[in-house]
Amino acid sequence: MKTLLIGEYREGKLLDSTYELLGFAGQLGGESAMLLIGSENQLPAYNGRLYLADAATYGEYNPEVHKRLILQAVEKEQPDAVVFLHSSYGWDLAPRIAVNLKAGQVSEIVALVDDGYETSCCNGKMRRTVKPATTRSVLTIQAGAFPALQPSGTPQVQKIEGDRTSTLTFSGYEPAEKKEIDLAKADVIVSAGRGIGKKDNVGVIAALAKALGGELGASRPVVDAEWVAHDHQVGTTGQTVSPKLYVACGISGAIQHLAGMKKSEFIIAINKDKDAPIGEIADLLVVADVLQFVPALTARLAK
Amino acid sequence: MKLLVCIKQVPDLESRFKPNSAGTWYSDSDLAWRMNEYDEYAVEQAVQLRERLGDTAELTVLSIGPDRVVEAIKKSLAMGCDNAVHIQDPASHEKDPWQIAGIIAAYARDKGFDIIFTGMQSQDRGSAQVGVTVAELLGYACATTLVGFAYDNGAITAKRELEGGVKGIVKLKIPALVTCQLGLNIPRYPTLPNIMKAKKKEITAIAVASLLTEAPLVNTTSFHPPAKKGSGIVLEGAVEDLVEKVIGILKEKTALLR
Ligand SMILES: Cc1cc2nc3c(=O)[nH]c(=O)nc-3n(C[C@H](O)[C@H](O)[C@H](O)COP(=O)(O)OP(=O)(O)OC[C@H]3O[C@@H](n4cnc5c(N)ncnc54)[C@H](O)[C@@H]3O)c2cc1C
Ligand SMILES: Nc1ncnc2c1ncn2[C@@H]1O[C@H](COP(=O)(O)O)[C@@H](O)[C@H]1O
Repeated sequence: MKTLLIGEYREGKLLDSTYELLGFAGQLGGESAMLLIGSENQLPAYNGRLYLADAATYGEYNPEVHKRLILQAVEKEQPDAVVFLHSSYGWDLAPRIAVNLKAGQVSEIVALVDDGYETSCCNGKMRRTVKPATTRSVLTIQAGAFPALQPSGTPQVQKIEGDRTSTLTFSGYEPAEKKEIDLAKADVIVSAGRGIGKKDNVGVIAALAKALGGELGASRPVVDAEWVAHDHQVGTTGQTVSPKLYVACGISGAIQHLAGMKKSEFIIAINKDKDAPIGEIADLLVVADVLQFVPALTARLAK
Repeated sequence: MKLLVCIKQVPDLESRFKPNSAGTWYSDSDLAWRMNEYDEYAVEQAVQLRERLGDTAELTVLSIGPDRVVEAIKKSLAMGCDNAVHIQDPASHEKDPWQIAGIIAAYARDKGFDIIFTGMQSQDRGSAQVGVTVAELLGYACATTLVGFAYDNGAITAKRELEGGVKGIVKLKIPALVTCQLGLNIPRYPTLPNIMKAKKKEITAIAVASLLTEAPLVNTTSFHPPAKKGSGIVLEGAVEDLVEKVIGILKEKTALLR
């Protein structure tokens, strides 16, 4: 299958995740080319064709302008599939390309299967097999699902240019919120998820963290609801951690949370739902009510 | 100013999902239903703008699905939407994002909406396609994954959330569509007086057939649980026993307890 891979570039840097696209293309087999709106000084290392437009001219983010550049490369390359990462850049652009090509789009692919693509659904609890009904397709791949290709080689660069008009202006970045605590340094993290029920119960989880000599972590809804400060959030839009022990209390295990903690040495999950996706990566799943189990464990540790 | 917010009703994600008879989606028996979480942020943002603009603005909520989705519509009305459109489709789960977007675009095309709000993704299908596709079909400016929204004088300043918690600031001219991310605001709970008031608000029912013109561009061939890696230990039982077992495992597998 012939693919056109859309690389990612942000804040003056080629993103490493770009190599996951090459890993995916390798699994699919067949010819592949890449398009990058980036810089000549930050070329991805692989042997193949690279359509390059300058981010200084076209902006690091401008889907209307980028869309036209991608469509131009599609015209030249005639790929069977245009492949993005399922990321803030990819899910923003992919449907725009799909509509213009009237191509079926398959989102958040986690694996290749015989009769199509396996995708994640129901917050990571279930899977679907999806197959494009069109000859040309647009695909987005889940971050981390396909091993990155080892960077090596030099691409043959083909510069592309296009129209810069847009109804949208990109005016720059705002840095991530300042962190008061660095979870990456903690040996033990005990995280609270929505399953704790209410803000008043944060103390129960914090007490276990203290009893184990660790820090309090949190899933996103707990932070969004302002039960716990943002610098405790673990996940793609929070911190990435790899403690010796990670205890997930009332956390379902959505991919964005897993991405931040799956490298922990030992993972304990406490969840009343035996089928929660956190069970797939936990070394130990305790099927219980967090509000009963956690205080009992804390009390036992104090003995 | 005309505003539209699109909402989907989804099952409680803590449910057990069993494949339906076709084996291509979940069976919808024994499920509790609620509004897609991302769409609650969309409704809240739309209502906040509607309130600020006052009576010069009108906010419509739209949902495609079987009769049960009226529950989610009613919640949006109680949160502050002015009126509603229920596009009746008992088979909405069989439509792909291209068709769902096509239906929304067909409805919105001649209505002159200035701003359309959607969720960034649905929790059950999670394609993150419908919003952007609607924008593209209507030729609207579009920004996704908003954690910040401000409107002033024909332009939206959007804060997009990027990986690692960095944000991208984007300005777009209306007409525009924005897709809303978790944490954009704190969605309100409808109050009892507002629930009562919402009962008088109009819900227009439209049969999906009058808006559907497209065939699907993708097909789902199977719906199934993930292949379990199954390496972990699963413990069930009485709390006291669980505690002892966990202490034992912590001693054995980690160097944290003596
Ligand atoms: C672009 C993007 C970025 C994101 N970034 C992040 C991120 O950085 N970090 C993050 O965490 N999420 C992130 N999310 C959100 C993520 O998709 C999930 O919505 C979130 O992780 C869910 O949090 P949760 O597990 O606490 O809540 P839920 O998914 O609601 O799960 C609650 C769990 O608690 C269990 N439970 C309920 N009651 C009890 C009880 N009494 N005892 C025991 N168990 C109980 C339930 O069975 C369930 O499994 C992001 C999403 C998007 C789209
Ligand atoms: N059946 C539906 N009715 C109304 N809006 C929908 C429907 N399905 C999806 N949407 C909207 O499109 C967004 C993205 O959905 P999806 O592309 O399925 O991830 C949702 O958050 C909703 O705002």
